Amino acid sequence: MKEFKGRVVVPGTCKAEALVSRNGFNTLASFQMALMFNKAGVPCGDQNNPDINGMPMQGKALCLPITIGSTTGGMILFTACKTGKAPACMLFSQSIDSLAASGAIMGSVWSETSMPVIDRLGEEFLETVKTGDSVTVLNDGIVQIG
Amino acid sequence: MTLTREQEALLNGEKGEVMAKIMKTLVMFGDTFGAERLVPVTGKYGHTVISYGLKVLGPVLDVFDEIIDAGLTDGQKFSADPRPLDKNVPSNLLEDIVFQKIMYTDQARYEEQMRKLGILDDDDYTCTCYLPEVGNIPKKGDVLSWAESSAVVYANSVLGARCNRNSGMLELMGSVAGYVPEFGFLLDEGRKADWIVEVKCKKRPEAQLLGSAIGMKVMEDVPYIRGLDRWLGTELTQEVCSYLKDFGAATASNGAVGLYHVDHLTPEAKESGESLIRENAKVYVIDDAELEHVEAGYPVVWKNKYAKPQLCFVGCPHLSLSQLEDWTFKIENCLRYSGIQKVSVPTVFTASTPVIRAFTASGGAERLKKCGVILSYICPLMYMNNPLCKAKAVITSSNKLRTYTSARYFTDKEILDIITSREGRI
Repeated sequence: MKEFKGRVVVPGTCKAEALVSRNGFNTLASFQMALMFNKAGVPCGDQNNPDINGMPMQGKALCLPITIGSTTGGMILFTACKTGKAPACMLFSQSIDSLAASGAIMGSVWSETSMPVIDRLGEEFLETVKTGDSVTVLNDGIVQIG
Repeated sequence: MTLTREQEALLNGEKGEVMAKIMKTLVMFGDTFGAERLVPVTGKYGHTVISYGLKVLGPVLDVFDEIIDAGLTDGQKFSADPRPLDKNVPSNLLEDIVFQKIMYTDQARYEEQMRKLGILDDDDYTCTCYLPEVGNIPKKGDVLSWAESSAVVYANSVLGARCNRNSGMLELMGSVAGYVPEFGFLLDEGRKADWIVEVKCKKRPEAQLLGSAIGMKVMEDVPYIRGLDRWLGTELTQEVCSYLKDFGAATASNGAVGLYHVDHLTPEAKESGESLIRENAKVYVIDDAELEHVEAGYPVVWKNKYAKPQLCFVGCPHLSLSQLEDWTFKIENCLRYSGIQKVSVPTVFTASTPVIRAFTASGGAERLKKCGVILSYICPLMYMNNPLCKAKAVITSSNKLRTYTSARYFTDKEILDIITSREGRI
């Protein structure tokens, strides 16, 4: 088991299977079709992201560097949180970007469902974690792989 | 974060629970980025990225209802992104059913909410609110609460305003409260460049390709671009502004760029020059081969990559008046050369309603119509945002549209050649 320590953006704990995007995660491109057409498991729809395109995101530990793309990103994440379609948690290797942060924070303030978000886990975290690994998020920004 | 007494009171519920939640959201957001205070929004108008009553976004519209029901409707007025529907844009019966009965069932509810929250005008639905015909043009140094990635990057880079890459919903909360957290692009330090981009192309680089290459490389960092003034000059003419509009949209959608500086051209680069570049900035050299390499890497998601295009979209972000004039002139000439009267691929050009009005008044819209091109205020991205469009061979010169949909990218010149050829083939 390997352990990493990051910064807590939205507090919470969870255990989930990792889904790893090594490139920037485009929130709109990833979620739009799945949310709009209520696709089971919320498969990623970003054709430009070969790491996770087509893979289910709902309930996964989404591991990523940052999010990219449209400024609708935050409200898409908020909607995913509010409708129970969000990942179990979001784990950023870098400092969180403004769109992901606003989505996660709005999810926390304006909905009952909260998705734990940890950032600044470091490059080694993203190099270590693999899709399918078991990931545990503890209090104080501790993330365990395996 | 240190709050003023007034801000503290709002956070503690002096103006009710909903305003307290708005303040809590803004404070948590600011705290995440180390903001030390909330500062007043000084731009005259806001701009929201949300322009559609998508059924799936019901939770977002529910929040707007909460804000309206709490009587918080005296915030700053704003423009909004383009509408998703226009009956002038070709669609079949099945698409109409999907649009009207499944996707945009909340459009009327949404537009009524926008009226209550303070949209400037029913015509002010466009992603290019900063164009003179629309008139939502912030001044240099204005603090904004905007969202829409292409508008934010334009406001920061070309107009010198100060705005972070806010998300949809959050931008309206800033407009309602009248405050935004001070961090990132609001501070001088946050406007410094992390990258030097050396443009060494032998021909003028296509705006949408250059923006894509830079966006994918620098992600959310600030690039300082050298060598582009060789192609664009040193003055922000209408034509140059149109180029920067398309360039910026590509940097923001293919990456997450919120601010760029162009040496000798954009206001802060003109004022401060290379002192804007951070020590140890990384360097990215772009030549023609690099742009070809980037373009070759775009996935083609059409089932048949040799299919005859069924639809062409030009104008994501919306076209400026000078772009419409330029395209019309070129299409007329190319059609004459091909010996045909109308474009051979159903083609939609998109622009804001005020720009379309000005283009109509000048006689340009009639000329474009004679060429068979449809002019619309629609958002092509929202139009294509459904699985039915995946089966359609749609071409575009927008790298933003390419990124989010199954539309296939071609340069402006290639698009012109395709739609004005007799066969209409790629």
